[in-house]
Amino acid sequence: MMEPGSAFSAALDLVFGGDADFWGIVLLSLRVTLTALLIAAAIGLPLGALLAIGRFRGRDAVIVLTNALMGLPPVVAGLLVYLTLSRSGPLGFLGLLFTPSAMIVAQTVLILPIVIALTRQVVEGLWEEYAEHLRSLGLTPLGAIPTLLWDARFALLTALLAGFGRASAEVGAVLIVGGNIAGATRTMTTAITLETGKGNLELALGLGIVLMAVTLTVNALAFGATRASRRWGG
Amino acid sequence: MPILKRRTLGALLVAAGAALAVPAQAADRFITVASTTSTEQSGLFDHLLPLFTQRTGIAVRVVAQGTGQALETARRGDADVVFVHDAAAERKFVDDGFGVKRHAVMYNDFVLIGPKTDPAGAAGKDIAAALRKVAEAKAPFASRGDDSGTHRAELRFWKDAGLDPKTAGDWYKETGSGMGPTLNTASAMDAYVLADRGTWLNFRNRGDLAVLVEGDKRLFNQYGVILVNPARHPHVKADMGRTFIDWLVSKDGQAAIASYTIGGERVFFPNAAPAS
Amino acid sequence: MRATPSILPLRLTGVGYDAGGGTLIDGVDLTLAGTGRLVILGFNGAGKSLLLRLCHGLIPPTRGRLEWQGPGAGAGARHRHAMVFQRPVMLRRTALANLVHALAAYGVPGAARRERAWAALERFGLTPLADRPARVLSGGEQQRLALARAWLLEPEVIFLDEPTSNLDPAATKAVEEMMRSFTADGIKVVMTTHDLGQARRLADEVAFLHRGRLLEHGPAEPFFTAPRSAEAAAYLRGELVV
Repeated sequence: MMEPGSAFSAALDLVFGGDADFWGIVLLSLRVTLTALLIAAAIGLPLGALLAIGRFRGRDAVIVLTNALMGLPPVVAGLLVYLTLSRSGPLGFLGLLFTPSAMIVAQTVLILPIVIALTRQVVEGLWEEYAEHLRSLGLTPLGAIPTLLWDARFALLTALLAGFGRASAEVGAVLIVGGNIAGATRTMTTAITLETGKGNLELALGLGIVLMAVTLTVNALAFGATRASRRWGG
Repeated sequence: MPILKRRTLGALLVAAGAALAVPAQAADRFITVASTTSTEQSGLFDHLLPLFTQRTGIAVRVVAQGTGQALETARRGDADVVFVHDAAAERKFVDDGFGVKRHAVMYNDFVLIGPKTDPAGAAGKDIAAALRKVAEAKAPFASRGDDSGTHRAELRFWKDAGLDPKTAGDWYKETGSGMGPTLNTASAMDAYVLADRGTWLNFRNRGDLAVLVEGDKRLFNQYGVILVNPARHPHVKADMGRTFIDWLVSKDGQAAIASYTIGGERVFFPNAAPAS
Repeated sequence: MRATPSILPLRLTGVGYDAGGGTLIDGVDLTLAGTGRLVILGFNGAGKSLLLRLCHGLIPPTRGRLEWQGPGAGAGARHRHAMVFQRPVMLRRTALANLVHALAAYGVPGAARRERAWAALERFGLTPLADRPARVLSGGEQQRLALARAWLLEPEVIFLDEPTSNLDPAATKAVEEMMRSFTADGIKVVMTTHDLGQARRLADEVAFLHRGRLLEHGPAEPFFTAPRSAEAAAYLRGELVV
């Protein structure tokens, strides 16, 4: 049977053994998730802010929808992206299925609702507080968005880290759209699934420990962001 | 918007665009093969594919799924070659016009795995008799339950035994997952389980499990390889796919398959029809 | 101090404001002109803050007209009057960055912003606070910073809504001195307060609001000695009028 100690030494072997395959997997995982995060931020921060300050018909429905989509099961997100990117799907001509780009798209779909919903929440509170002053300065609601996003920076960073956490830990979506192809689309989570399938539990847990280390770092950053936010009078 | 941080947002957008552009494939010299988890988890591809790539410069990207899902992937045009083990489904795939031609490549065999103590007394050379014993003893049995080639084979053996596992009791458990996870489940529950020999030999978390039934002719498991029909899906990399198939059934490819062993045991037995 | 043409007078004609099914401001005729400090007085709920917001353009009137009628009125007039709120709104940035942000919002070119912001801090003795997060400053420091931020924008009129209501006497004194210096700079100060002592100290003219109506508007001295309305008289005696 497997010993926790041997799993830990397997993890250490992986990290310090200079195993090129292993580092390839770690780097691909980070590249995919960070890219997805960047795209989700570029789209989600302005959209979330718009939703926070905008007053239009159907706004409540959109808010409920984005909140609900935060809980979208990764497998469902993966399936939707799969059907879209498949050669038989509407965007099949792009030939993106089973590539890192497909995984980036799937993870963006997972992160985006989180970024939009949390941005909306944070910016709405801030707008309530700032609105009179900013309008007194002659800013339109639209013109106020950069100010609001910047002043919400720490809370938004926490929202982005939450998105990062969700995307980096999920396996369902990237497995479906990436295919877990060795050397091409194998991420930490799909590799863990594969090694578990092989009954190679030490290696699987070793990878899991590395993933946990990444998650731990992310959470430490989130904690730091909250601290910094308090220093600025929250 | 006469205000700060416009530049920050702009930079973010540019960076996102750049990041999206990067994943463009470095080299187009690759094919995508939809295959089965059992083939991948047996370790065969790790042995076979580097030899092929070294020889031809063509990289092979394997998407390992259950046989049913692999055929569906190919049917949708998301793979260039399909490499599975369900002769009937493969023939239908070709007959329906999704594949060009089916080539027999190799076979391995299924084995019935169970606890070393064999509480049902299933050990022997007859798979149908063994399954009847398992059912009589109501001993736990872990089934793939995922419409894979192995799952379909298992259902055939139950039929041979004159039993219908659908009407069985609690002892029959469908894991709905791949070969490895199902073996993990069996190991944890001391259950009987049908597995392909390759995955079993490569499986590390065996616990108290051992091979109880092997050698029955019905346990023979034929693998076939098919080029996805470029007439149906024009983007299929037909030339490179054909090169891969030709190599698999060639003397070299067949020898490479034969040379793969786990713990000194051969796992796959090449049986391609001799080239004409 | 400035050569730009004046936007004053601001003339309110029959201005009314309804909200929540009630009339909160009604039939206000008022002309803001000159450079003296105007103090708006009245009981709580009389509509003092609302009147400031209407004048500053934060809310549109339900009825009537507000017109900036000076030769400088027109497209740029919006940037010629500023407002300081009862609870100062401080951005989550340093004190200096709060000033720089206001200039940026006014479209001042990047290079000039920091220089002007520093000058404003120096002018009001706030330089030691420059690099401190604005929101962790004391209430008095925040309010002084808010006044400096308004002054920085070189307005012709500054509206102040209860600028010292939450402050201790020392901070109140500092803020009052700033308001006096605004007047010295030729800025028209329009403020509300419920501190009668402060009104007596600062007011050149007084407007008295009661239940959304403007009952009196005129020089401060006659108002305090001989108010024309019974309500104002009661207010000055410290009685309640329901």
